[in-house]
Amino acid sequence: MNKAGERLYNGLVKENPTFVLTLGMCPTLAVTTSAINGLGMGLTTMAVLAMSNLLISLLRKLIPDRVRIPAFIVVIASFVTAVQLLLEGYLPELNKSLGVYIPLIVVNCIILGRAESYAYSNPPIPSLFDGIGMGLGFTVALTCIGAVREILGAGELFGHRLMPDAYVPIRIFGQAPGAFLVLAALVALQNFVKERRKAAGKSYEKIGSGCSEDCMNCSDTGCKRRFYGESGKGEGKVPQEELEIVNLEEGGE
Amino acid sequence: MENVKDLLLLLVASSLVSNVVLSQFLGLCPFLGVSKKINTAAGMGAAVIFVITLASAVTGVIDQYVLQKLHVEYLETIVFILVIAALVQFVEMFLKKTMPGLYRALGVYLPLITTNCAVLGVALTNVQKEYGILTGIVNGFATAVGFTVAIVILAGIREKLEHNDIPKPFRGMPVVLLTAGLMAIAFCGFSGLL
Repeated sequence: MNKAGERLYNGLVKENPTFVLTLGMCPTLAVTTSAINGLGMGLTTMAVLAMSNLLISLLRKLIPDRVRIPAFIVVIASFVTAVQLLLEGYLPELNKSLGVYIPLIVVNCIILGRAESYAYSNPPIPSLFDGIGMGLGFTVALTCIGAVREILGAGELFGHRLMPDAYVPIRIFGQAPGAFLVLAALVALQNFVKERRKAAGKSYEKIGSGCSEDCMNCSDTGCKRRFYGESGKGEGKVPQEELEIVNLEEGGE
Repeated sequence: MENVKDLLLLLVASSLVSNVVLSQFLGLCPFLGVSKKINTAAGMGAAVIFVITLASAVTGVIDQYVLQKLHVEYLETIVFILVIAALVQFVEMFLKKTMPGLYRALGVYLPLITTNCAVLGVALTNVQKEYGILTGIVNGFATAVGFTVAIVILAGIREKLEHNDIPKPFRGMPVVLLTAGLMAIAFCGFSGLL
C-alpha cells in the first residue's frame, strides 16, 4: 500500500502532469474557461487514465512489443467512448460544455505517455494508482487554472459571485486569448523556479516522465515515440530509455 | 446557389472566425513545436491541409456508409483514430512511390500529423454537426487553411523575436505563448465578419 501512496504523491506533486511535465496542453487550454469545466475534464481524464493504465498493465505480457502503440490506442479509445456515453446519459450538461474535447481525450499525451512509460512495465495495482495520481494532479491543475480564469474573467468561482461588485471582470480571461496568457505566465513561473533551483545547486530532472526536457509539444511521449514505435525505427533506443526510466523510479523509492 | 453560399460562409468561419488553433486549441503541439522558421511552418501547414482534407473525406465516407448503415455510431472515436493513423502511414508510402518531389517536401511532417489532435477534432466535429461529405471536406480544408495561416504568422513573428532581449524566465515557450495570445486577440476581430 506504501507503493500506492507513493504513486499518488508522485502524480499530484512530484510529477504533476500540467505544472511539472507540461503534458496534455490542448485540453488544459481549451476547457478551463471555468473551474467547474476544469474539474469535469480532469475527473473524466482521470477515470480514463486509471482504467486504461489498469487494463494495459494487466495485458502487458500479452501485447506484442511491435504493435503496442495501436493496442494502447484501442484500449484508450474504448474507455473514452464508454466514459463519453456515461456522461451523455448522466451529466448531459457537462458533456455539452466539454463538447468535442471528451472524445479528444484519446489523443491526450498524458494517457499514452503513462501507458508507455509506466503501465506497460509495471504490475496492475501500482499502475492503477499511478493513473489515479496522475489524473488527480491533472484535475487539480485544471481546476486551479479554471478558477483563476473564472475569477479574473467573470469575478465568480464555481458560479458563485466572489469579487466585490466594484470589480469589473476582465472578459478576455474567459475567452481564448486568456488561456494563452495564463499558460504563458505559468510556464514563465515554472522557468523562474527552475532557474532558482539550479542556482541553488538542486537538480531538476524530470524523472520517470519519459520526457527528456520541456514536454511542451509532447514530442517524447507522444509523436516521436508513436512514430518510432510504429515504423520500427529506433526500436532499440526506446526500450533503453524505458529501462532507464524504470530504474530511476525504483531507485527513488 | 444557396449551397455554394453556405459553403463559402463555412470556409470563412472555419478558417478565420473560429480558428482551429487560436480559438479551439486543437493542434497546439505542432503549432508551438514546428513554428521556428517560416519554411518549416509552411511545410507543416501544407502537410496538414493535405492530410486533414483527405481525412475528412475518408472519415465522412466511412461514417455515412459504414457506421450509420450498421448503427454503430458510438464506435466513431475508435474507428476514426485508427483510420487516421492508418491513412497517414498509407499516404506516406503512396507519396514515396508515386510523387517523390511532394514526399520530400512533406515527408518529415507526415508522421507528426498522426498525433495532431486537429485531424481527429475535425473528423469528430464533422460528425457532431452532422455535415454531409462535401460540407465535411470543405470544413476540413478550411480548418487546415486556418491552421496554416496561424502557424506561418507565428513563425514570422518568432523569426523576428530571436533578436530581441526577452526577460530570462520568459525565454522559449512563454514568449511564444504570449505571442499566440496576442494573435488570438487579433483573430477575435474576425468574429465581426459573420
